Amino acid sequence: MLRLEKLVKTYKTGDQALKAVTLDIPEGQVLALIGPSGAGKSTLIRCINRLVQPTSGTVHLGDVELTGLSSGALRRERRRMGMIFQEYALVERLTVMENVLSGRLGYVPFWRSFLRRFPQTDVDEAYRLLDRVGLAHMADKRADELSGGQRQRVGICRALIQDPALLLVDEPTASLDPKTSRQIMRLICELCKERGLAAIINIHDVALAQMFVQRVIGLRSGAVEFDGPPEGLTPDVLTSIYGAEDWEATIEKVDDEDEAAV
Amino acid sequence: MSAPDTADTTELSALLGKPWRKPAFVQRTWLRWTLILGFAAYLVAAYLTIEINWSRVYEGLERGKQFVLAFTNPDFVTRSGDIYAGMVESIIMTVAASVVGIAISIPIALGAARNVAPLPVYLICRSIIAVSRALQEIIVAILLVAIFGFGPLAGFLTLSFATIGFLAKLLAEDIESMDRVQAEAIRASGARWSQWINYGVQPQVMPRLIGLSIYRIDINFRESAILGLVGAGGIGATLNTSFDRYEYDTAAAILILIILVVMALEYLSGIIRARVQ
Repeated sequence: MLRLEKLVKTYKTGDQALKAVTLDIPEGQVLALIGPSGAGKSTLIRCINRLVQPTSGTVHLGDVELTGLSSGALRRERRRMGMIFQEYALVERLTVMENVLSGRLGYVPFWRSFLRRFPQTDVDEAYRLLDRVGLAHMADKRADELSGGQRQRVGICRALIQDPALLLVDEPTASLDPKTSRQIMRLICELCKERGLAAIINIHDVALAQMFVQRVIGLRSGAVEFDGPPEGLTPDVLTSIYGAEDWEATIEKVDDEDEAAV
Repeated sequence: MSAPDTADTTELSALLGKPWRKPAFVQRTWLRWTLILGFAAYLVAAYLTIEINWSRVYEGLERGKQFVLAFTNPDFVTRSGDIYAGMVESIIMTVAASVVGIAISIPIALGAARNVAPLPVYLICRSIIAVSRALQEIIVAILLVAIFGFGPLAGFLTLSFATIGFLAKLLAEDIESMDRVQAEAIRASGARWSQWINYGVQPQVMPRLIGLSIYRIDINFRESAILGLVGAGGIGATLNTSFDRYEYDTAAAILILIILVVMALEYLSGIIRARVQ
C-alpha cells in the first residue's frame, strides 16, 4: 500500500539523514520505527507526506507516486495521510472542535473553513470521534486548556477525520507519562485495527513498541538496520541499532510489565 | 560510565582549587579595555560639545513658568467651538487612518515574514516597510500637505502610511517567531495556503495583532496632535493656533484633553488585551 524506494534525504548542511531507504508496507499493518536520536526517523515520516522534500527516490501511496506531485495534487494526497505529532501540535488558541475539524481542511472550500461552516457530516463525524476518545464534552474548550493525554487524543481525532488510509505518527508518547503513553499507544493501535489503517509509528520506547506493533524497523544513521517482528529484538540487534548497552534489563522488564498489564 | 582513568584524574586535580569566572564576552583583554575606555572618552567628549547658554535659560524660565501656570487655569470655554471641531477631526483622522493602515499592514506583514512568503515577495514587502519607517511622520505630512493642501486629508494619509511601517514590521516578526509545528500540522492535513494562514498562523499571532493595533491607534491619536503643526489638520492645528496667539490657557485645555484621551485609550487597551490572551 505504501512503498518507499531508495529514498534519500540530504540536508543543505550536507548531513545525509536517509540513505536509500527501501520499505514496503502492506494494507493495515502497524509498524514501529525505532532508532537513536538523529537516525532519521522524523525525516523519514516527513518525507512521505513531503513536509520535508526528499532528495531522491520514490514514494508510492497506492498507485500514486508522491515525490513528483504538483502542489495541488500533493494536497489531495495529503488528505489520505493523517499525521500525529510529538508535542501534539494542536493550534493552541483554537477550540478542540476547530482543531478536529482542521483535519477536513483539504476537503472543504476556503469560505466554509473561514466562516467555520463545516458540512453537517463533518461535524457529526467530529463528535463521533471525540466521543470515541472520551472527549465529546470538551469540544468547545480551548486546546491549551487540556492535559497532555487529552491533547494527544484530539490530535488523533484530527488525523482520523481526514479519513486517511495511512497514519504517520511521530513520537506520540514522548511527552507523556508511562501510563498515558500506553493508553495512547493502545488507542492508536485499536483505531488502526477498527479502520484497517496502516501506520508508521516513530517511537523511542522500545518496550512500548514491542507491546503493540506487528513489525519493527530499526533505523541507524539513515539506513534500515533491522526489519522484523518485535520478538526479533534481541540484545545483539539492539546493540547494532543503538550501540553497546546492557539490554537484558530492558527486555526482561517488558515481559514483567506485559504480564502486569494483562 | 566507565571507571575514571589516570588522565582524567590529573585533569581534574589541575582544575580543583582554581577560582571560576564567567568567560568574558570579549575574549581579548586589550580589546575589551580599549572598547570600554574608548566609549567612556567619547561620552565625555560628546557631553562637552553641548553648549548651554545659562542667561538664555534664565530668561526662558519666566516663559516656562507662565506656561505651567496656565495649567492651573485651563480655558475650555473661550475657544470651545474650535477645540470641539479639532478634537472631532483628530478622532476621525485617527480611526480612519488606523483602519486603513492596519488593513494594508496585514498582507504586507505576511509577505514580510520569511517563513510564510517566498524570497521575492519578502524583499518587496520588506522594502515597503523600510521606506515607511525611514520617512518620519512630519516629513511625510509636509510633503502630503504640499500635494493635497491644508486639512485632515493629508493627516489621514500620513498616519495610514506610518501605520503600515510600524504594524507590518512588528507583526511580521511575530509571524516569524510563531510555533512552526502547529502550522505544520495544518499543512499536513492537505489545507490550501489560505486555510493554512487562517488556521495555522492567524490564531498564533492574533493577540499580538490586536495589542499592536490598539497601541497604534494610541500613537496615531498622539501624532494627529503633532501633524496639525505642519498644517495637516486635527487638534494639532487648534493647538498651534492657540500657541501663535499666546493663549496658553487654551493650549493647556487642549493638552489636558489629549492626555485624557490617551489615558482612556490606555485603559481600554489594558481591558481588551487581557480578554484576548
